[in-house]
Amino acid sequence: MQSPGEPRRRRSLTVIDGAMSMILVLLVLQMWLLTATLESYLAGHRGVATPAAILSGILFLGCLGLYGFVHGADRAAR
Amino acid sequence: MSQSGDPSAGDGQPVWREEFAIRTADERYVARRQFTKFMVLTSVGMFVGNLSILIKSWLWRRPQYAPQVVAGASELPVGGVKLFTYPTEKDRCILVRLAEDQFVAYSQKCTHLSCAVYFSAEAGRFECPCHEGFFRAADGAVLQGPPQRPLPRIVLEMAGDQLVATGVDLQEEG
Repeated sequence: MQSPGEPRRRRSLTVIDGAMSMILVLLVLQMWLLTATLESYLAGHRGVATPAAILSGILFLGCLGLYGFVHGADRAAR
Repeated sequence: MSQSGDPSAGDGQPVWREEFAIRTADERYVARRQFTKFMVLTSVGMFVGNLSILIKSWLWRRPQYAPQVVAGASELPVGGVKLFTYPTEKDRCILVRLAEDQFVAYSQKCTHLSCAVYFSAEAGRFECPCHEGFFRAADGAVLQGPPQRPLPRIVLEMAGDQLVATGVDLQEEG
């Protein structure tokens, strides 16, 4: 028998899955950014370090925001 | 029935009960939350990595190399080539006389995968035989092929009749 909170939980799971996918995309982007920055730095191109660090920080904040969203959705579903 | 633990998790349930769910749907919640936390921690790691590169680039200072006599100016004919090492014995370089009063010297390592480049007098360019990366003789810029960066230029100065290497210019943009 289905518990009364089951449809709401299922909806929340979908929302959480979507947020997780977005975090994953941001993470892949951040990994690429780190490798590209390291490659440039080792090649002597130091000018890219500042914009790359700023962009990486923005991506991290995006991940953090999505994590907060997941946490909130999780709590609400309970 | 009395409950032990912190009842602050909502619905009067202790926090630990959330992590040991009985229902399958609840268990999925926990797994997802932990995985999300792990991904955010990885993101922190990436950010710290980028920050460390930034700090290292701030602390970086241009290295100073001792001057070194490379060749006599009259030693090379126009189009002539001389190989030498600078700034250390392991750094092979190539000196070319492009015109009567124009000498250029570059690191001989291709910026793609470090194969030795050679000077093609007919084409007036440096060529890497490994993957056909070509560089302009006048400034070391990439003309074609997989290399993404120009050849590091050896800074030359004339001291009387002698060519003296005084530094290495990586020809970086930033």
